[in-house]
Amino acid sequence: MKKNAVSKRLSNLPVHVILILLCAIWLIPTIGLLITSFRPVQDINTTGWWTIFAKPQGYEEYQTYCASCHGEDGSLISSADLSDADLVQDYRRSITLTPSLSREIDGEPHMGDLPVPDEDTTASIAAYMRKLSGIDTTTKFTLDNYIDALTGYRGNKTYRADCASGTQSLDLHCDIRDLANPRGMGRAFLNSLAVTIPSTIFPILISSFAAYAFSWMDFKGRQWLFALLVGLQVVPLQMTLIPVSRLFAQLGLNGTFQGIWLFHTGFGLPYAIYMMRNFLGSLPRELFESAYLDGASHWTAFTKLAIPLSVPALASLAIFQFLWVWNDLLVALVFLGGEHPVLTYQIGNMVTSLGSGWHLLTAAAFISMILPMIIFFALQKYFVRGLLAGSVKG
Amino acid sequence: MANSTPGIMRQKPITPWMYLLPALIIMTVFIVYPGINTVYLSLRNPENTDWAGARCIEGQPCWGIFENYRYAFTSTVMQTAFRNNLIWIIIMVSGTVALGLLIAVLADKVKYESVAKSIIFLPMAISFVGAGVIWKFVYNYGSGQVQIGLLNAVVTALGGQPVSWLTEPRVNTIALIVVGIWMWTGFCMTNLAAALKGVSDEILEAARVDGANEWQVFWKITIPQIMPTIVVVVTTMVINVLKIFDIVYVMTGGNYGTEVIANRMYVEMYKNYDPGRASAIAVLLIIIIIPFMIMNIRRFQKQEEMR
Repeated sequence: MKKNAVSKRLSNLPVHVILILLCAIWLIPTIGLLITSFRPVQDINTTGWWTIFAKPQGYEEYQTYCASCHGEDGSLISSADLSDADLVQDYRRSITLTPSLSREIDGEPHMGDLPVPDEDTTASIAAYMRKLSGIDTTTKFTLDNYIDALTGYRGNKTYRADCASGTQSLDLHCDIRDLANPRGMGRAFLNSLAVTIPSTIFPILISSFAAYAFSWMDFKGRQWLFALLVGLQVVPLQMTLIPVSRLFAQLGLNGTFQGIWLFHTGFGLPYAIYMMRNFLGSLPRELFESAYLDGASHWTAFTKLAIPLSVPALASLAIFQFLWVWNDLLVALVFLGGEHPVLTYQIGNMVTSLGSGWHLLTAAAFISMILPMIIFFALQKYFVRGLLAGSVKG
Repeated sequence: MANSTPGIMRQKPITPWMYLLPALIIMTVFIVYPGINTVYLSLRNPENTDWAGARCIEGQPCWGIFENYRYAFTSTVMQTAFRNNLIWIIIMVSGTVALGLLIAVLADKVKYESVAKSIIFLPMAISFVGAGVIWKFVYNYGSGQVQIGLLNAVVTALGGQPVSWLTEPRVNTIALIVVGIWMWTGFCMTNLAAALKGVSDEILEAARVDGANEWQVFWKITIPQIMPTIVVVVTTMVINVLKIFDIVYVMTGGNYGTEVIANRMYVEMYKNYDPGRASAIAVLLIIIIIPFMIMNIRRFQKQEEMR
């Protein structure tokens, strides 16, 4: 019995290896970007993000030559406390550190039985001592990238540094107003919300009515109208962009929130109606029959019965539409453009104009992903359900 | 759909249309009318003042009223786009479906199934633009000693020469497709996993009792049983891939030989201001998609009959 269990484990080993490997491949690119977004800009451009897992410069050398007497944190010998910035200040470069290492202390060589390290090694040790004592204040991680991205800072230093020295560009105020800077991701985040929330609510509202009619009302042409709707689901966006942007130009709707709300509503409807009808149509018929027998009107059945019962489907639909609109680039590019830049538009712009501004790009990308990720983790159940309803469930 | 609603539910003939009207109006304005208008525009010159034949040049090939289609079918850049879209379809569809199936099958056997699935599924939640940034960083090419892009760091660590993944014509389309696969495998996996759970255990057990090994069980029983789902996933993916735009737009802008149909349409319309050609490309796209649309409707009707 026990042997059986072991051999079962073993036969499952390739399964674990392949699966974990695939998961690693899937995760690593995102983790790399997340780590990079918190690194100082000089570090990003000189070393790969994976080097943050390596020990700091001089760590090995310090361990070999110094740690046995001075201790891991340098404070073991109180008369020569290496964590004391004032002391290390005098030995911060190899040129002053080397004589000290070759000196005799109380008639014994400083290094004891160990050889005096060579120039390069000493320099590394000095670098590590600077870190240890706190003279070297550069950090591994910073929030500057996020601040710079949110405020739309485009200078050579950082937003905080410029504001501290008063050398910020003319369009920055160095206070809360900078979050509304049209170049910044803070403003873009608000614009994305302004686009997405109505573009989620409208189609859900309108599709609920239509789906109810398709499910529980009798009318001529119901079958073929619905078949037409199924066909409309796959019409590519590209097919409709040109005439609609011409129409919007005539109506003055190009570059307005109202225009993009309308477009997203129109394009979200076929799928929304399809999905809601599938859900409403699968509710037990007796429920509606007894409601009608009790004298309920369609309006009552719709508001008091159909809507409350379809909350899970509405949730799935809302998540889908929300993510679709939030993540959309093409529609925002065509109908909003630079008037009210949304997150995707702003990032797309940064990619083409900044080239290798990775510190801003990585932070900006994560600002745009944070809300979808929260929704995904919090409401995964509904997300998966909506996805299955769209393509498999009939 | 309830094929016959009971008499008790009958209503005034106008009522259903009251419920349907807002949806029908909006869909007509934003999908049906623009669709038809696009077909018309594709036969017109860029200024929409004359038929497309007017833009023909003496002594050069001319398709008359279908002049814009001559461009859409025969221009070098469009042929690159066709070729690339074909590569996209072949590699991305087979890649996402095969990987999705593999992960669905493997995850079914382990305790951390939901965690593994979440990880694979997560890219579905983020935008193509975000994914574009993530992968542009992975593909980053440093001309100097230091490689800050993961892929080139791995290549150089293994002793190879760093590659400029996004500008090198032999590999760049593949590099873009990898991003697509990374994003859409979760979709395929979720659908296929749901179908796998529906395969009857009794049939599988019966086959095993009859002496079939796991490999045979998978190919002879599981695959045929989930075939309908595979077909649905494949058609959905083909439609998605045909419309692929954001990844290319963000990562290469269609340069270096990575052009695709949807990006070309955008360029013709909003960079070259040529609605005629852009519309012709859009019509081409829908023509390619129509067979899949019909499949969709057929499948839907079959499902209705089974209810």
